[in-house]
This record gives sequence, C-alpha cells and structure tokens, in this order.
Amino acid sequence: MSDLASIALRAIRQIPREPESVLPAVIVPAFFYVMNVGALSKVTHLAAGLDFKAFELPVSVVFAVTGVSRASSLVTDIQNGYFDRLCITPVRRLPLLLGLMTADFALVMTLTVPVIALGLAYGVRFATGLPGMLAFMVLSGLWGLVFTGLPYSIALKTGNPSAVNSSFVLFFPITFLTTAFVPKQALAGWLSTVATYNPMTYLLAGLRSLVSSGWQPATLGYALVAIAAFGTVSMSLSLLALRGRVKHR
Amino acid sequence: MNGPAITTEGIGRAFGDHWAVDGVDITIPEGEIYGFLGPNGAGKSTLVRMLCTLLRPSRGRGVVAGFDVAREPEQVRLRIGVALQDAALDDRQTGRELLDLQARLYGLHRLQRRARVARVLDLVDIGDAIDRRVATYSGGMKRRLDLAAALVHDPSVVFLDEPTTGLDPVSRAAVWEEVRRLNAELGTTIFLTTQYLEEADGLAGRVGIISHGRLVAEGTPDELKRKVGDDLVVARIDEVGEDTLQALRRIPGVGEVVVGQGEVTVVADDGAGIMSPIALALHGCGARVESLTLRTPTLDDVFLQLTGSHLQADAEVAT
Repeated sequence: MSDLASIALRAIRQIPREPESVLPAVIVPAFFYVMNVGALSKVTHLAAGLDFKAFELPVSVVFAVTGVSRASSLVTDIQNGYFDRLCITPVRRLPLLLGLMTADFALVMTLTVPVIALGLAYGVRFATGLPGMLAFMVLSGLWGLVFTGLPYSIALKTGNPSAVNSSFVLFFPITFLTTAFVPKQALAGWLSTVATYNPMTYLLAGLRSLVSSGWQPATLGYALVAIAAFGTVSMSLSLLALRGRVKHR
Repeated sequence: MNGPAITTEGIGRAFGDHWAVDGVDITIPEGEIYGFLGPNGAGKSTLVRMLCTLLRPSRGRGVVAGFDVAREPEQVRLRIGVALQDAALDDRQTGRELLDLQARLYGLHRLQRRARVARVLDLVDIGDAIDRRVATYSGGMKRRLDLAAALVHDPSVVFLDEPTTGLDPVSRAAVWEEVRRLNAELGTTIFLTTQYLEEADGLAGRVGIISHGRLVAEGTPDELKRKVGDDLVVARIDEVGEDTLQALRRIPGVGEVVVGQGEVTVVADDGAGIMSPIALALHGCGARVESLTLRTPTLDDVFLQLTGSHLQADAEVAT
C-alpha cells in the first residue's frame, strides 16, 4: 500500500506540471458538446423528442475521460532508465502500474467536473440529484480507469511513444460505433449490431439514465458489467505487459 | 555481511548466440573500490545489470551482499545502490522529491527520509538546485543527483556504471572526489565500470580488465602495469614491417615488441639505455620515424599487451 501511494503521489504531482497533457481532455469535449448541442438540439428534439443537452452530456464526459493516462510518462521513464531505477528498488512490481492508474483515476474523476459544470450551465438537471451526479462521476471515472489498460499495455510492451500515441485510434470505434448521437432504436443495420456488442452503449445508457430517467438498477447494472468486461480484457493485457517488462530478463 | 561483498562464479549472459559476458569470476571484499575497465561493448554494463538484478545470468552465479542475484533478487535490491550508465532520473521532479521518493521505496519513514536526504546532500554537492526540477540540471549535476539517489538508503554495495562518461573534466573530478569520500567515510564497497584509464588508475584499489566478455586481467593498477615491464619506448612510424619487428627484437635488453595502430611499443627494463639502439634499428630498416617516446606503462599498455588493441581506440580520452 505504501509503494502504491508513493508511485501514485509522484504521478499526481506530475499532472499539473504537464498541463499540455490534460488541457485537451477538457477543451475537446467542451468544444464538441457546445458544437453538437448547437447543431443538433432542434433536429433531435423535432425528430425524436430528445433533450439533446442531457442526451449528449454523457458522451462529452466519456470523451473527457477516455484515453487519459500516464502511459506516455511511463514510456519516458522506460526510455530514460528511470523505470529500471524503480525496478532496482525493493518496490513490488504491481504498484509500478497500479500507482499510475490510481493517479489516472483521480485525474479522470476531476475531469468530469468541468464537463458536468458545462452541462449544468446549459440547463441540464440530474433526475437523480446530487447522489446521481456523484454516481455519474464514479461510473465515468471507472470507465476512464479501465480504458487506461490499453495504452499502458502498449507502453509496457513496446516502450515506444509513437505506439502509445497511436493507441488513440482505439478511441474512435469504441466511442463512435455506439449511441453517441442517436438512441439505439434509431441505429440501423450493421451499426446497430456493432453497438449491441460495444460496451460503450451500455455505459452511455447507464449515464443517461442518471441524468434523464432516475435510478434504474438494471441499466446501471449493465453499465457496470460492461465496464467490468472491458476492464477484464484491458487490465489483463496491461498486467501481462507489466510482467513481460519487469520479469528478470 | 559475512564474506565478500561481490562474488561471481563463471557468470555469463548470452543474447542469442552472442555471449556479452562469458564466464567471469571475480571476488570483491567489503570496502573495496573495484574498477571494471574495458572498451564500449566489452560487457561491463551487462555484468552490472546482472549483479543489480535487472538481468538474469544465462549461466554461472553472482552473489551480492551475501545473496544470490537470481534466487534472492529482493534481498540484493535492499542492499545495493545503483547509478546506471545514463543518469536515470525523472526530469519532472525536483531533486529533493526524487531523493525522497527513492527513500520511500526503501520503506523509510518521514524523519528517516529527511535525515538520509540531508546526509547524501552532504556527500554529494548539489547546492540550492536540489529544490529545482531535474530538467534544469547540468550533466554533472544530474550525475551527482544520480549518485545521491543510489546512496540515499545507505546501501552496503554501490554499482556505478560509467559514472563520468560524457562529463567535462571538472565535473568528472568532482564525481571522483565524491566516490573517494563515500568509500572513505562510509566504507561502502564500490563496483565501478569505466572506459577511462585515469578513472580506474586513480580510484580503484583493484582493476579487472574485460575484453569481449571475458576477464583478461585483474590486480592493483601497479601490479598490472608491472606485468608489462618497467619502461616503454613507443615509436610512431609510417609502416610496421616484419623486418622492423625482427630488428627491434634483436636489440639486447628488449623484452617484448607490441604492434599497435601506426606504432610499435617496445618493453624494456632500461628504456633510456635502448633509445639509441631502437632509433638506429628503425633507421636501418628504412622506417620513417614520426616520434620516439620513453614512458612508464599505463593500463592502456596492459590492455594492448593482453588484447592487441588500445583500450581507448573508440573512447573519448579523459583529460
């Protein structure tokens, strides 16, 4: 636990020192929220009776928390030898990764705040009140956390910054081949099929239920299962990559 | 710790078909500064990485501070400090944050950490820069901070892998002084790899010379140099033919004749006495002599005699 706290504290301390790595995660979702709401609110309201400001808020939060990680810093540590220095200490190997993920979780939870604030400023109100808003943050944070498994597994496997940056391409199918812009019943053909198997669909449904519908245990349960399923894969990959990196080569 | 600080028995490491370290046996008692001298690619860093548990030996065994590096790596890690070839630091932390984290990872509580950091900062001069981010440090300051990070948990064995490579002469001298103080004041065993003759000669109590992964000689610098002879006469000539070598070998008092790149080194007990005969012999062979120098042996001569090539052929020469 002490090792985990030490590694996490170091990672958290670095975050404000690298604002360039965090600012896009605030600006991009805010930009898309403002733009999408401005462009599509009337259309979706007329076509489907949607409150698009509420419908789109979870998408913007997911944009903010997906793909934010310290994986690039980890690659820097690997390349400059600092990771080896950490491996020569008696620190257990798992906290070397979990410490970074702990910092990521704290960061993505924080990143949900300005996006939610923007939604509130646009008039969105949570049907589940303040507890629902906190649940919304936690669900989003958990998703952001499990997604970090992918860039970390690439960072640990390759030690290559370009490979880590290219992991961003995974973001697009996961966040767009789903119900990002219209409800599931409005999706047709192959996109509907893909969305059925995309865990993001269930996460968005859970988040939207907290904003628009009230407490829906089944919907929230599916969201948690989707996060757990994705996390099982991503975390397994990252742990395997960690083992490969630190094994007594 | 009972017994030697470091022991290796036939330790080796292969990468594919290539043996980077090929059956090295060394024994280093507690409190010694041991210099491991060799050119780039000789296997120095590979041996260090095996001894500090970053790399598993392919064969043989290594024992550091009484523990086997392959079977008890956690015990080894508790007792060693390591400064790897490139200063392994995090540019985004301040020097103090980096040292504090290093001490935390060794399980030291806050008061202990504060005391240890203060102590290493007494040993390693970083000054007010300790509270600045590492990114702002010069190369010499980074090396000193790297050394401080290796010492903060009070290790009994310290590995320094080419600690002065790339440093200017002033920074290099400062690191040497700090290594001497560390050894003298704390009695720490130091395993130092280097490609600089002066570093091994001036710092190490004993020196091991490695070439192509094998230990080719070991002893105190004086012992090694005595093996070469008392005096050396070095002739830089345009072309070294077999007739020239035969002529030099026929001179009374000449011990050995070693051919290097564009030069011939003649080993003799009385160098001054055979300068003239050497000059005459070279003239007689028609060799064009650029210079003829009398000097005492260096570790480079030891390396030349053992391997047939200069140690610093591809290394920056320390001044």
